Amino acid sequence: MARHVIAPVDELPPGTRKFLEIDGRPIAVFNIKGEYFGLLNRCPHQGAALCEGPLIGLAQSSDPGEIEYTKLGEIIRCPWHGWEFDIRTGQSYCDPRRFRVKAYPAHVEPGASVVKGPYVAETVTVKVESDYVVVEL
Amino acid sequence: MNIQFREQTDSVAPLTVKTAIADCDIHPARATRTELYPYLAKRWQHHLEVYGVHAYQGMMEGPPYPKAQPNASRRDAYPPEGGPQGSSLSFMQKQLLDPNNVQLGVLNPLNTGQGIRNHELSAALCSAINDWQIDKWTSKDKRLKASIVVGNEDGLSAAAEIRERAGDRNFVQVLLLSRNVEPLGQRRYWPIYQAAEEAGLPVGVHAFGFGGNPITPSGWPSYYIEEMVGHSQCQQSALASLVLEGVFERFPKLKMVMIEAGFGWAPSLAWRLDKVWQRLRSEVPHVKRPPSEYIREQVWWTTQPMEDPERREDLFDVIKWIGWDRLLFATDYPHWDYDEPSRVLPAGVSEANREAFYLGNAKKLYGIA
Ligand code: FES
Repeated sequence: MARHVIAPVDELPPGTRKFLEIDGRPIAVFNIKGEYFGLLNRCPHQGAALCEGPLIGLAQSSDPGEIEYTKLGEIIRCPWHGWEFDIRTGQSYCDPRRFRVKAYPAHVEPGASVVKGPYVAETVTVKVESDYVVVEL
Repeated sequence: MNIQFREQTDSVAPLTVKTAIADCDIHPARATRTELYPYLAKRWQHHLEVYGVHAYQGMMEGPPYPKAQPNASRRDAYPPEGGPQGSSLSFMQKQLLDPNNVQLGVLNPLNTGQGIRNHELSAALCSAINDWQIDKWTSKDKRLKASIVVGNEDGLSAAAEIRERAGDRNFVQVLLLSRNVEPLGQRRYWPIYQAAEEAGLPVGVHAFGFGGNPITPSGWPSYYIEEMVGHSQCQQSALASLVLEGVFERFPKLKMVMIEAGFGWAPSLAWRLDKVWQRLRSEVPHVKRPPSEYIREQVWWTTQPMEDPERREDLFDVIKWIGWDRLLFATDYPHWDYDEPSRVLPAGVSEANREAFYLGNAKKLYGIA
């Protein structure tokens, strides 16, 4: 796994994102409240530059009329058709089969371990080393 | 919420298709509120400033901001020079036409002058939109062709607008919307079909409109997602009306294009119409043949939104019924339900059918050499 230094931390303050190309792959790196996440910047649906979408929260409902809005700023919504992905894992929320299980993992996982077949955006692991943001892929 | 955009780069469209395509549903927008004024008589400019428009429905605008995405559009479609999505020709060229090798792009402007109660204002706005389409779009890029927008609720003035534009190769079809005051087959709309048939222009019926009726037959729905599927219900009523009022019988050379309402429902609507017609034929003796025959002979369908069933064979079955020669590829650019040309058609389609789907059918229908 190669490590790529992409920016000094102060170039990527909380709430910002950086787009880059690594080994021919479009990547976006996010700083969400001091945590860093990397995502392949290509939507698995029709190929839009996924990470140009807005960061939103996750709307869920256990019963009609009950709406929970969590994971604020952690869900990326595709700029084209609005499919939602968890930037921590790349997991999609629009695969209906997932809605049936009713359990939504909220814990942090290393991105590379969560490639679960269709409708999963490719993730890359990001970590901070000294004062630089480093992407592994 | 935290929204940021990457700075514009040259590579706005990452995927390209090599073969030339037609895009039969592109929505050009006005950059400013007053962009049409140069094409409007002073009288109507003043009228708009003083009275605004008086629509058939309570909601004055079809798409209250933001409809799934800002302006119901792709978030990456803001022109770099500012203005709403779809308002810049140069950005449209760079983001849509060039990378996708669009050889023919059919413009369908929305939020024009259709569905306005003041019919004189409606006619003036539609005519202005048509002039604007030539000035700003079709004369500047030969790939683009315009749709004649007409004041749909006044068949006579609409027919006059069509006759005035007939023969002008900037225009390749007449544009109606699916939501009108009455179902589209009714007599008030016949002068439109007559003029279109005379001019040899297909009539496109695009989803949406401002007829004042709820989008579902059972009333106004709660959610935008219901409205999205309501468009196909609405289009089905429009098509049933066109068949049963005898429009296709009376105007046998008329060609209709169903735009942006899907097509998966076409076979079942036709089957149902045929079955009921066999039993109730004497009520509508002017419908001389089984409804499905008119539909298959005189109706074309644009692809966006394209049904996306789990089994591609299901899609192919529907298309087989409709005919591979009846589908017209469309992206719906710049709207948020845009279809990426290289990603919409599943594998397993013959080369000849692919070519017809992406380009051939459109060139033939719209008479583009
Ligand atoms: S391309 Fe991302 S949702 Fe369709």
